[in-house]
Amino acid sequence: MELSYTVLVLIIPVFMFLFLGIVGVKLSKKAAGLLGTTAMGITTVIAYAAALTYFFGADQGQVVDGVRQQLTVLDITWLEFTKNLVIKIGVLLDPISAMMLIVISTVSFMVHLYSLGYMDGEKGFQRYYAFLSLFTFSMLGLVLATNIFQMYIFWELVGVSSYLLIGFYYTLPAAVSASKKAFIVTRFADLGFLVGILILSFYTDTFDFITLTSNPQAAISTAGGATFLGCSVMTWALTLIFMGGAGKSAMFPLHIWLPDAMEGPTPVSALIHAATMVVAGVYLVARMFPVYAVDATALDIITVVGAFTAFYAAAVACVQSDIKRVLAFSTISQIAFMITSLGVASPELHHGVGYMASMFHLFTHAMFKALLFLCAGAIIHAVHSNEMSAMGGLRKYMPICHIAFLIGCLAISGIPPFAGFFSKDEILAAAYANSPLWGVWLSVVAGMTAFYMFRLYYKIFWWNNPDYGHHTPHEAPMTMTFPLIFLGLVSIVAGFIPFGEFVTWNREEYIIHLDWTIAGTSIVIALIGIGLATVMYRKENDIPERLANQFRGLWTAAYHRFYMDELYQFITHKIIFARISKPIAWFDRRIIDGTMDLLANVTNSASFAVRRMQSGSVQTYVWFYIVGAVAVAAITIICLI
Amino acid sequence: MIWSNILIYFVIIPLLMLGGLALCKNIKQVRAVAVVGATALMALAIYLVVEFLGLRAAGNDAEMLFTEGAVMWFEPLNIHLALGVDGISVVMILLSAFIVFAGVFASWKMDPLPKEFFMWFCLLSTGVFGFFISIDMFTMFMFYEVALIPMYLLIGVWGSGNKMYSAMKLTLMLMGGSAFLMLGILGIYFHSAPAGQPLTMNILEIASNNAVPHSWQYFLFPMTFVGFGVLGAMFPFHTWSPDGHASAPTAVSMLHAGVLMKLGGYGCFRIAIFLMPYAANELAWIFLTLTGISVVYGAFSACVQTDLKYINAYSSVSHCGMVLFAILMLNTTAMTGAVLQMLSHGLMTALFFALIGMIYGRTHTRDIRKMGGLMQIMPFLGVGYVIAGLASLGLPGLSGFVAEMTIFVGSFQHADMFHRVFTIVACCSIVITAVYILRVVGKLLFGAVQDEHHRTLTDAEWHERLSTVTLILAVAAIGCFPNFFSSIITEAAEPIMKLFA
Repeated sequence: MELSYTVLVLIIPVFMFLFLGIVGVKLSKKAAGLLGTTAMGITTVIAYAAALTYFFGADQGQVVDGVRQQLTVLDITWLEFTKNLVIKIGVLLDPISAMMLIVISTVSFMVHLYSLGYMDGEKGFQRYYAFLSLFTFSMLGLVLATNIFQMYIFWELVGVSSYLLIGFYYTLPAAVSASKKAFIVTRFADLGFLVGILILSFYTDTFDFITLTSNPQAAISTAGGATFLGCSVMTWALTLIFMGGAGKSAMFPLHIWLPDAMEGPTPVSALIHAATMVVAGVYLVARMFPVYAVDATALDIITVVGAFTAFYAAAVACVQSDIKRVLAFSTISQIAFMITSLGVASPELHHGVGYMASMFHLFTHAMFKALLFLCAGAIIHAVHSNEMSAMGGLRKYMPICHIAFLIGCLAISGIPPFAGFFSKDEILAAAYANSPLWGVWLSVVAGMTAFYMFRLYYKIFWWNNPDYGHHTPHEAPMTMTFPLIFLGLVSIVAGFIPFGEFVTWNREEYIIHLDWTIAGTSIVIALIGIGLATVMYRKENDIPERLANQFRGLWTAAYHRFYMDELYQFITHKIIFARISKPIAWFDRRIIDGTMDLLANVTNSASFAVRRMQSGSVQTYVWFYIVGAVAVAAITIICLI
Repeated sequence: MIWSNILIYFVIIPLLMLGGLALCKNIKQVRAVAVVGATALMALAIYLVVEFLGLRAAGNDAEMLFTEGAVMWFEPLNIHLALGVDGISVVMILLSAFIVFAGVFASWKMDPLPKEFFMWFCLLSTGVFGFFISIDMFTMFMFYEVALIPMYLLIGVWGSGNKMYSAMKLTLMLMGGSAFLMLGILGIYFHSAPAGQPLTMNILEIASNNAVPHSWQYFLFPMTFVGFGVLGAMFPFHTWSPDGHASAPTAVSMLHAGVLMKLGGYGCFRIAIFLMPYAANELAWIFLTLTGISVVYGAFSACVQTDLKYINAYSSVSHCGMVLFAILMLNTTAMTGAVLQMLSHGLMTALFFALIGMIYGRTHTRDIRKMGGLMQIMPFLGVGYVIAGLASLGLPGLSGFVAEMTIFVGSFQHADMFHRVFTIVACCSIVITAVYILRVVGKLLFGAVQDEHHRTLTDAEWHERLSTVTLILAVAAIGCFPNFFSSIITEAAEPIMKLFA
């Protein structure tokens, strides 16, 4: 098939990873950076070509009767378990994977470019580009997966790329422990994913996405109503698979790794922990959506987890003082929007608009959140601190960054005509259609979003002018500002993409109609949030301080993220290490090994005790002989009598 | 004639090396002989794979190939030197050849008594290869002992720490296993043929006779399974492993964890399961419970160790537990997974022990609390360690992932709910493995330099690099092209697992 060249988007980055990883140290930093960026540029061009050909290209069977088809352009057997359970490595093109191709390649290319300036002069520059290539390869492989096991493979690979990049500054203890935490927490979630795959494949006897999703009813019914602990096994399977998604997408209570992941270089946060990898969970549910749609219980679980996380993360974001952590919690909250949107999307309601809305928001969020993170990077670059207290009044020194950041804030707050407005509006419409509860809930969270984003904005660019230290902050170099401008423009116009024409749950065209009651309400709520932030943070004043004192307990709890980290710390150290691992190790050394030693010692002392029998002295032997002979004689006589 | 059988040369070459080494006058000659011999073995192993695949492709679907030229050894007991390999033995031979090759370079600067060290090393290799090529129970047992005995001297003489205690413990526990094994083998021999027909030691003949009475199987299966299980580090007979590995010199740890422990797993299915399918089916649940415990128990124990070798020894308990666990699932996929896990564990543990040896050779400590930030000082060894760690915790693209996934998927296909629940328990080890691997990597390699004296240390030398790179390439080859290996193994596992269908 003509589109099979799409596989190059996997081959080029993986080759770049191996090349830079092995011979990178021999190259100059500049050469490595340029090489990595050029390769990524080529990958981007190919990805765009593939996606655009898929959506608009001359007909190769992409659309049949108004339904966009899923094209398997490549499928190579990688490992055969049984006749039907086969892991294939392939390329599946359909609306969501084509859309993800665009998102990933765009953001990744921007980050490659930006890093040329941001990482300039860092030790391990070549390694950094090698890891970026590895990540790009893994993420593209994940979205192009033709079967759930291929997705799991690349799922693990993005996990490890994330581990390597968070721990990029490996001499800093904070970075090392953050990377470890990220890996272990997501690994725990992946355990759920794996078990889910095992259960699902046991009953359906396939890994293939198309087989699973084209006839979900059949897939579900293969379980024959088998249950486990009161729930149908399919609900178990789907919930466990979602657990994997919840781990990668940092849903409560598996979110704790994401804020710490901000220890990595900022462009990495923009790429991995804002735009691409963290939405893998959303993508996973979207990929399996037809199956989820049949199982109401699983969808309800998704909705509740998503809605709770959205609120929780927004609440925490309101009081954080580290600029990257605010953005991290904002990311968690926004991804929770997408998850909730999938949860409330029933095919019966408005043609499953929640699905479309979720993907739309994923797209726009990737753009404006990457923009916000890259701006944050430029700011951190300028003032050499992550803390908001070191910033303030920066609008005078960094005008481009200021405008770009403002665009990002307006987009995420849902102010028209910026991108976030359109996608968030569709999510709210889907939520209201499902139940007013979720609608109101998400509207409140949207208001909080506007508030904390503008709190951040004002604290960075207005508030007061602190002492910047030795030098005044200045605008970043061109390699860094160009991505800001580009993503800023995208964030302005992306909302006008008629997304419903491209991505819907049944892959048929859907015309978006703005529901102005919902849209109007959400604008008003956003404006209230912004207004509140303006009053509180535009100029230095003591309202925030007084409010914090008023609600001291609540404020402290939110600042400490409601003590989730402490809870995990307690479970891992006090319970798993102290109450399980240590006793097992003790048991092994003292009891199991002790028994072995005891056996040896008993044998030893027994032989020591009897050694006198072989003394070599003839008298003793004669004694033994006489005693024995008498004993034998006695026994014989007794027996005879 | 047996000389026309390619397999016999796997025993002849190490013996020739042994003779050659005896004549050597200085370390240069010793190294030359060792390198030539190890390379010849590797070349022969690769040639064997090619030849084997060629025969299979030509349609030769006998269970064992290269069986020509059996030699009678002892008439009254019908003992032969009978050779033969199937897909599983072929990949095990390949594994052994790789590890012997890497082991030679890892012990390049062995001191003292390099000549004697390499001589014992060759004898050990003879035993290992002999075990994998034999299809006569007695010969297998003999080679098994030949492989075990040198361990005592290798640890006792060239070891470190509490070496006499460890050497003694290891030898005695494994000999205890051998005692069970001897009983088991004799028991099988005396029931190897229906009444009136001559008794035999040949595994294929015993299997086709299928004459071991069920009542005897109940007794002989545990005997042989535990006998081999001791070497496979089965809970609760695994405690020789932490002490033994901690005291053993680098190359011996490599060969021991890399190949010798595989003798246990291989023997378990080749003798215990293959010859006594009835009891295997009936009693599997007992050993499944034990090995399932091993998997999680070993991983938890590894989490709190502070000695690098203890960590890897306990990690081996966990990973080898997985091998026996999968074998006991008695289906083709899980069996394939078990063999892949043997390959994968062999290679990556050898890599681990090689690297630990190289690090220990520089820092003179294996206590992770006394080291830190080594990545800055010895980047090559650091990267190697990270790759070994990632292989161990199951990163796709390296061998661990392939093996574990095959085991999990295969085990989960079992029709019985008990087995599936136990599979989920075993799956939990992937998280615990991540915990202890990342703990070590974070402590040992990353962070600030702990000991200022370490700053003067040097990175790997050429022979160390060669050893490391060989193993990494092998680990990556299995991880990237698993179907090549898995198809060879599956096709060998199928006839054995047909007994349970």
